[in-house]
Amino acid sequence: MYFLILVPDQVVNDMNYVKIFFKNKKSTVGIIIFLIFVVLAIFSPFIAPYSPTSMAFTPLQGPSWKHLLGTTAVGQDIFSQVIWGTRLSLMVGLITGAIATIISVIMGLSSGYLGGLTDDILMTITNIFLVIPGLPLIIIISAFIVVKGIWTIIFVISITGWAWGARTLRSQVLTLKGRDYVNASVVVGESSSHIIFSDIFPNMLSLVVANFFGAAVYAVLSEAGLEFLGLGDSSAISWGTILYWAQNNQALLFGLWEWATVPGLMIALLGMSFALMNFAVDEITNPKLRKR
Amino acid sequence: MKYILKRVIFFLITAWAALTINFILPRLMPGNPAEVMIAKFQGRLNPQAISALEIAFGINTHESMFLQYWDYLGRMLTGNFGISVSFYPTTVGQVLSQAIPWTLGLAGISTVIAFIIGTLLGIRVSWRRNSASSTVTVPLAFFLNSMPYFWFALVVEYVFAFIFGWFPLGGAYSSASGLAGLSLVWSVLYHAILPAGTIVITAMGGWMLTMRNNMISVLSDDYITFAFAQGLPEREIELNYAARNAILPSFTGFAMAIGFVISGVLLTEIVFSYPGVGYLLYQAVLNIDYPLMQAIFLFITIAVLIANFIADMVYVFLDPRARSSGE
Repeated sequence: MYFLILVPDQVVNDMNYVKIFFKNKKSTVGIIIFLIFVVLAIFSPFIAPYSPTSMAFTPLQGPSWKHLLGTTAVGQDIFSQVIWGTRLSLMVGLITGAIATIISVIMGLSSGYLGGLTDDILMTITNIFLVIPGLPLIIIISAFIVVKGIWTIIFVISITGWAWGARTLRSQVLTLKGRDYVNASVVVGESSSHIIFSDIFPNMLSLVVANFFGAAVYAVLSEAGLEFLGLGDSSAISWGTILYWAQNNQALLFGLWEWATVPGLMIALLGMSFALMNFAVDEITNPKLRKR
Repeated sequence: MKYILKRVIFFLITAWAALTINFILPRLMPGNPAEVMIAKFQGRLNPQAISALEIAFGINTHESMFLQYWDYLGRMLTGNFGISVSFYPTTVGQVLSQAIPWTLGLAGISTVIAFIIGTLLGIRVSWRRNSASSTVTVPLAFFLNSMPYFWFALVVEYVFAFIFGWFPLGGAYSSASGLAGLSLVWSVLYHAILPAGTIVITAMGGWMLTMRNNMISVLSDDYITFAFAQGLPEREIELNYAARNAILPSFTGFAMAIGFVISGVLLTEIVFSYPGVGYLLYQAVLNIDYPLMQAIFLFITIAVLIANFIADMVYVFLDPRARSSGE
């Protein structure tokens, strides 16, 4: 938003984008799902009937009015856990998405603008990160990290999830670099960082936003996968850990299918809301994709 | 030629990077975690094995980091990955070579099927953009693409193997003895249907959405309008004019996609206890078997690199521009 104030010309454009963004069917659905999760996360103490860590109930119960999704093997209320779990999953998605986006912006912008040897080196690094498969890398890094916790997960996913964004941003910079207003700044003698951040960056804001949503999907799914494998903090309340405990206690084989399905559904819905917003931004900024 | 050379160099650099990550990671962590592992297995391994592990992870050594690195590269290039602590005294190479065929079969076949079905669906959906089938397929693809693979695998296993009992709960072939010839082949196929089906369905959505977007971009190009004006058959325009150009970005996006597919395969194998590399990685993680983990990571990376290399070569074949210029 800061950049919008700097470049008045851009404000008009982006206001239009914002309007179209809310008219687009995909983004509307995405935003609604996202907002529901935000509400759940903020008000979880009021929505959840019990404490998610309280072990005061009869273990392994099926769903009832008292426990909408039943109870775990140690007598915790699963419904309350799912509600509280929203906080962690949402937080990981947003923070990791932001960190990964920042890395891709820095890498993509500098390699695209500076060009030459810097570009070659930065792009090779980016391509290496792109090609090395994410999940195995995440698994092996977290297996070596002794301190388990949510910040470890955020760190590990961020450093493996930025490469795709960096590549798309770089190609965008390459097309913007040759524009007249950038050349004008060069002639006036503006510094490289000024040109990158005040002239080029604001014009690719939508792409950055799309990348943020993409990285957030990746983060939510990777976090769930890591927790499911027991590589996260298994005492934290997140959708991934609920699934981990459900699988370890063979919830499905005991017929407690709500325990194993509902958290997964929540992950899928949150991921979908990010993916829909990502696609919507793409559709809006690429006029070819708009419905005629 | 220049293009191919570039790809080969990139292949080598990335393989080297993966090797180096394996070397640096344990040495980077405060309080070398491999020491914890060795302490845990102290009674169960012979002294020779322990000293080999200590060398591999740089414990109790007076060699300089550079010499350690040099030795390490030598060991990796000669295929000496050490012994697996959880499958002691089997070597990592032996353990891994038993798991590889299962994963290659499962991942290879289901990736190809998912790519073909997804791409074809993407073409269809973009061609009939406002039809009822498109309005159902596109949101569905979004949902399939955003759900956790392992969770979908769990649900599929529960419904089709547990409730209906149509398929086995896990494993790669029936444990009944005396299976040979055709009945063994049948057993293997039968066990592969659920895991492969899971991977195909989850991976398909991504290919479909990519292809759909590419197609829609291409369809608004002038040469398509011109093809229509010429009165060419619709089929011809759809497949030979539009799809042929639209598929190119799918190949360049292969690098990222294959990573996702591999992650999916790993998690699917774990859910179905399928004796491939993913399940082995899971066991290695549970037993803190670092040598095995590192070898698996290396193997997966190399496999992905080879898959990418093939995709790049197909790209050269499909796009004449890649043959003449560098990019």
